[in-house]
Amino acid sequence: MRWRSALAISFSAVILAAACGGGTTTTSPTPSVAVSAKGSAAPAGAFKRGDGGDLKILYWQAPTILNPHQATGTKDSDASRLVIEPLASWGPDAKPLANALAAEIPTVANGGVSADFTTVTWKLKPGLKWSDGSAVTADDVVFTFNQIHDAATASTTESNTEGVKSVVAKDANTVVLTYDAPNPNVYQWGVGTCCGILQKAQWANFTGAKMKDAPANLNPIGTGPYVVDTFKPGDVVTYKANPNFRDPNKPYFKTVTFKGGGDAESAARAAFQTGDVDYAWNLQVAANILQPMIASSTKGKMLTVYGSSVERILINFADPNAPGDARGEPTTKHPFFNGPDGLTVRKALAMATDRQTVAKQLYGDGLAGKAGCNIITGVPDYESTATKSFCDTFDPVAAGKMLDDAGWKLGSDGVRAKNGIKLKVVFSTTVNAVRQATQAIEKAAWEKAGFGVELKQVPAATFFTNTSPDGANHFWTDLEMFTNNSDPDPTSYLDGWTTKQIAQKSNNWQLGNYNRYSNPTFDGIVDQLRKETDPAKRADLIKKANDILILDVVIIPIVTRTQVTSGISTTLKGVVPTGWDSEMYAVQDWYK
Amino acid sequence: MGRYILRRLLIAIPTVAVISFVVFAILALAPTDPLSSFAADPRVPPEVRATIRHSLGLDDPWPVRYVKWVSSVATGDFGFSFMSHSPVIDLLKQRLPNTLAVVGVAYVIGVLLAIPIGMLSAVKRYSVFDHVATTFAFVGFSVPTFFTGIVLIIIFSINLRWFPFIYDSTLQVHDLGSLLDQVKQSIMPITVLALFDTATIARYTRSEMLEHLPLDYVRTARSKGLKEQAVVLRHVLRNSLIPVVTLVALGIPAVFGGAIVTEQIFRVPGIGELLVRSIGDGDTPVVAAILLIFAVLVVLFNLLADVLYAVLDPRIKYT
Amino acid sequence: MAAPAAELSKRTALAGTITRPPRSLWKDAWWQFRRHRLAMVAVGTLTFLVLFSLGGPLVYHTPTDKIDFLLSLKGPTEAHLLGTDDLGRDLLARLMFGGRISIAVGITSVLLAITLGTTIGAAAGFFGRLDNPLMRLTDLFLSLPVLPLLLVIIYLFRDSLRDRFGPELGIFLMIVGVIGILNWMPVARLVRASFLSLKQKEFVEAARAIGARDRRIIVRHILPNALSPILVAATIGVGGAILTESTLSFLGLGFPSDVPTWGRILFDARNYLDIAPHWAIFPGLCIFLTVLSINFIGDGLRDALDPRKTS
Repeated sequence: MRWRSALAISFSAVILAAACGGGTTTTSPTPSVAVSAKGSAAPAGAFKRGDGGDLKILYWQAPTILNPHQATGTKDSDASRLVIEPLASWGPDAKPLANALAAEIPTVANGGVSADFTTVTWKLKPGLKWSDGSAVTADDVVFTFNQIHDAATASTTESNTEGVKSVVAKDANTVVLTYDAPNPNVYQWGVGTCCGILQKAQWANFTGAKMKDAPANLNPIGTGPYVVDTFKPGDVVTYKANPNFRDPNKPYFKTVTFKGGGDAESAARAAFQTGDVDYAWNLQVAANILQPMIASSTKGKMLTVYGSSVERILINFADPNAPGDARGEPTTKHPFFNGPDGLTVRKALAMATDRQTVAKQLYGDGLAGKAGCNIITGVPDYESTATKSFCDTFDPVAAGKMLDDAGWKLGSDGVRAKNGIKLKVVFSTTVNAVRQATQAIEKAAWEKAGFGVELKQVPAATFFTNTSPDGANHFWTDLEMFTNNSDPDPTSYLDGWTTKQIAQKSNNWQLGNYNRYSNPTFDGIVDQLRKETDPAKRADLIKKANDILILDVVIIPIVTRTQVTSGISTTLKGVVPTGWDSEMYAVQDWYK
Repeated sequence: MGRYILRRLLIAIPTVAVISFVVFAILALAPTDPLSSFAADPRVPPEVRATIRHSLGLDDPWPVRYVKWVSSVATGDFGFSFMSHSPVIDLLKQRLPNTLAVVGVAYVIGVLLAIPIGMLSAVKRYSVFDHVATTFAFVGFSVPTFFTGIVLIIIFSINLRWFPFIYDSTLQVHDLGSLLDQVKQSIMPITVLALFDTATIARYTRSEMLEHLPLDYVRTARSKGLKEQAVVLRHVLRNSLIPVVTLVALGIPAVFGGAIVTEQIFRVPGIGELLVRSIGDGDTPVVAAILLIFAVLVVLFNLLADVLYAVLDPRIKYT
Repeated sequence: MAAPAAELSKRTALAGTITRPPRSLWKDAWWQFRRHRLAMVAVGTLTFLVLFSLGGPLVYHTPTDKIDFLLSLKGPTEAHLLGTDDLGRDLLARLMFGGRISIAVGITSVLLAITLGTTIGAAAGFFGRLDNPLMRLTDLFLSLPVLPLLLVIIYLFRDSLRDRFGPELGIFLMIVGVIGILNWMPVARLVRASFLSLKQKEFVEAARAIGARDRRIIVRHILPNALSPILVAATIGVGGAILTESTLSFLGLGFPSDVPTWGRILFDARNYLDIAPHWAIFPGLCIFLTVLSINFIGDGLRDALDPRKTS
């Protein structure tokens, strides 16, 4: 009997582990252009509310809470999005979309954003109602902001409120948001998964630290197209159409079943082979499993869109083998990645990294990702081209020669060495079939250049915690690989490679610079970026920062991954994916 | 016997206390974090993490947390889940019926099938039946449940379209049609589990029966002119059951603990699935509650096994 | 009820002298064992599997880790007798390499679990005063949460074992230790149950009456009669251990992903079952044959060592 349990437990850890890095994306590009609701949805009058039956959504991670500000993962933000909406959504073009509470997107042109980028005025759609029939007012928005902003609430969406001085109600339908200082990132608060608006009446008695105990967390009243019918945390949410939804014809479906659990492979089977579900989220499955399923499917098709997700390899600048408390501390230097030959060795490694094979064989060449070279990607204005020639070179032999010229000579074991230091690396990542195949491919390629490679796998739950010595932020190996993504405005993302963000013992490894990279030029660029309000100059700075990270070989991007990688029923219509917001951002437009 | 049971029950209290302490210590030392899914997300800054940890009481040293936890459990309060902030007891109540409907039923079927199969295998040793049963049993051990599960899904869900493989926990059984749906959605997970349970228990039954069949008392019983059936059922089986009882009793707590792989594959929201997810999430209140209940069950069923030994073999004395 | 085994063996030994020249216990057992046809077939199969794993790579030179996507997921061909996996690696070579680890892990860890379980169970069943503490210890181990425990073990021991014994032996010892430590409890309960029942039997009383020491009574008289549940546990355990090894690597506790083992190959193949069934069938067959042959060897051993069964 015990055999089974030991086996069982470890197996499901695998499934847990399939959850890769990165949460949802959110907030904030330049305020120059705004887009109103586009013609993505069904033509007006195509359907009436409740025409459809049950919409079946399958997530292989199950939602555990429906308050977006207490969410601990994409599953929670997405499940709550059917009910709780922000002021506006992030559209497919990385720009705000007025498909939620706001009547229009405030811009400098329409007077909603002050010329100095300090105040933003949001107007609510007229006549908005909560699903219980009461009116939505500016007070609800102010209440929500104050709750999230209150440190005692410990909201997981709090960082979007940083630098916001106040949110006040100008009248029943208007809120004015003021930043401490001019903020080029004017949509920092209000748009996307960060900023679902809660009903004041429902949460008024559960403010601050008490918010986590609110019964409403499991049964929130919202403005979204659906209302919660039953919720079993960690299992399933069922919804009914919201009778008070602002668009009298929407939503199309009478009910929604949002089922959680299982694994990505069988979710793909449910979407493509049996057609048991209409929408299967995040099919992180090797392309050679997915492709035949899709090709032979009459029931489902892939729904993908790119955002800013990049699968990347991080290079450790500190010494992961330093003795005792010095292990991996920024005071130490990696023996060959950060020595006198550091840049040469890093460049050789990058040159010997095979991204084409990975992109083609594992991500299906555009099915779930494409070979990528930049860390900042997804917003065309920010995409650098200066890195292309560097990344296009995949030549392990030339990389070997480069090392040879620098004095790193091949030993009898096939590993290069110089002055007794061997080019032996430990390469770690999470437990995940696609990542293990990537590891195998890169190992073979690097070995050709004369690196010795030891692979290591850590379950995602352990990898993404700052309390584990195997964690990505301790980074006690030479190389590590995971995916992360950015907001449309990448300032805080880029900040994660500045000197002050170095993860180390003294800050309990809580900061974002896992590489322990330190470069004053780079720090300076990020500082400038914080202040610069001119869009063209911002784009320049962002590209410059990106180029440093790639050309100085701090990170080796492998694959630009699709942000949405879902399987949907061929009968489901009106689904337009965005790479910058919850996949459920426009669920009211879905129909059959 | 009565005094023995009473004494064992009294010993059980400190036993469970020690177990809970060790379990809690292990949980506290294990490197998991309620915020691991946000690890690489710049939206959740260190200060927020710190506040969340503080508000969950994770800042206290773990012995302090243990004392707090024990004192609230003693009053029947298992606390709130870190993840859903709902009472742990509610989560368990939602999941126990699913677990029992699948894992429990599979176990009962397994035991009911295994004992006759094991018996028949032993009585007709090296017959065709025995060989077939042996082969099946060893397929059961060497093919893991994750594998049988996928094979069943491919055959019965995808190719034949007979059964769904996404378990619907919202299904209410109120008429024949919904009962049929319930049977349809449970049949594959039950089969996977029952295969394994049957294989294991049948092997033990067979081997114990073989041990007893050649003994003198069996010969004596036969020579008294008893029918073979009576000999096997009344004498051999009873004497062979002691190890089987141990095994069956040891397996019952596992039933309440759920079958993690199978629950995961078929998306049965059972206790096992809850446990493993909560461990990944570092959701200590849920994990601790399940493990405590599990420990109590282990202690109780081991006691039950001991009592059953004495019933099956009156010569076993406990002091 | 049961006939005193000691007396029985005397009687059978006597019978032996009439038909055949005198032999030692072990010779006798071996003679018995050889007559068990299935057991002999099983010995042959297991020997083959061991030779396949140890000697195979000496004759078959295809590398285990050569990636070639042109050959990805191909069924058996002349160049690749058992076909290839998703990365186009040769399955036969991987199975040969994996067999060494899988067989070694399966047998060693089960031996550890059985030894621990038998010792504890025997002590608890035989010595009344040890019963309670040892069985409460068993309860404790049965209640331990496997997954967090494993995480703690990794946290505490992996690096030090790796440093002391090197990456391969260190991980091997850790896996064997973990599987052994987590699986002795059912054996202990089973052995104890048998001991409780057996120690009341006449032949034990008889042995005690003629002044046999505890140790001798346990090893010579009771243990042989309690052997059959132990053997069943062992045979079931080997398969379990081979599979558990593969899943331990998913906790970061096992061998790295580039070390093929039978369990791991089977696990990797599971999602390709409808596209490339050969990938799953061959490792599954290897595990199945190993477990099955160990079972029949166990059967044969039990019959051979059973003092009542000399014919």
